[in-house]
Amino acid sequence: MRVGVITFPGTLDDRDAQRAVRLAGHEPVALWHGEHDLHGVDALVLPGGFSYGDYLRCGAIAARSPIMTEVVDAAERGMPVLGICNGFQMLTEARLLPGGLVRNQTGVFVRRDQVLRVERTSTDWTNRFADGQEIVIPLKNGEGRFVATPDEVARIEGEGLVVFRYVGDDPNGSVDAIAGLADAKGNVVGLMPHPEHAVELGFGPTTTRMKAGLDGLDIFKSALERIAA
Amino acid sequence: MALIVVDVMPKAEILDPQGKAVTRALSRLGHGAVGDVRVGKRFELQVDGPVTDALLAEVRQVADDVLANTVIEDVVDIHVVDEAAQGASL
Repeated sequence: MRVGVITFPGTLDDRDAQRAVRLAGHEPVALWHGEHDLHGVDALVLPGGFSYGDYLRCGAIAARSPIMTEVVDAAERGMPVLGICNGFQMLTEARLLPGGLVRNQTGVFVRRDQVLRVERTSTDWTNRFADGQEIVIPLKNGEGRFVATPDEVARIEGEGLVVFRYVGDDPNGSVDAIAGLADAKGNVVGLMPHPEHAVELGFGPTTTRMKAGLDGLDIFKSALERIAA
Repeated sequence: MALIVVDVMPKAEILDPQGKAVTRALSRLGHGAVGDVRVGKRFELQVDGPVTDALLAEVRQVADDVLANTVIEDVVDIHVVDEAAQGASL
């Protein structure tokens, strides 16, 4: 299976995302924001970083890149799309996911290994987890606070769109401790923590052993199993 | 030449942490009369030609589609500043 990883100006984690796709057993395809071509990929990853220096709003300018026309079309046709951190911000700016992400309530950049609870397993990116399973994924952001109007939050919760919630202290001050969301169909998922940093022994978050966390790998494998099925 | 000013604010029902930080700072500095501060954005769009109704409609569109994210922000005002008149008053 071929998984496109889109690089925007200011993207940081595109190589890490490509490596995660490879470690999940599939072929990463580097895609460029300025093209109108998905090169026939089966799934898409919008990686983290600071596209356009976070100017205007995080992800706002990147969400209006040429390739996003094709991303929105593919997402609406049901292609698995994963947005990580800045990629999640782009998916909200592109209206593929609800709400928005703003500066952390504390005003500081947070970097830590974060425990998440998987709230929804009926998505293309979380179908290898058990409902309610707790996983550890590195988090690193300054603007990861999920916000939406009260009516929109009620809709999100009512429709079961929350995929990941922070366990324990909420690092961003997000509404309802929301760390990640899916669309109703479950092919588009966005989250603030970085699953591509939890895919390889010795380089992951500290869990029972130092830097041994591999929970991110299941996120990348999930979509690929869905495509293969 | 004219300047079209677009003002954007975070939606009232969404907490504005930047505004809260400024509010706390003002209180600490002894400005107790200020109860609350909200921080928004001002965009200045310089246009070369005349400001027509069609152009203002286009700016309204740009404000809603790009300058603001209307999921979390509101465009609270769009107005035209006549630079020639402003220059005369200075």
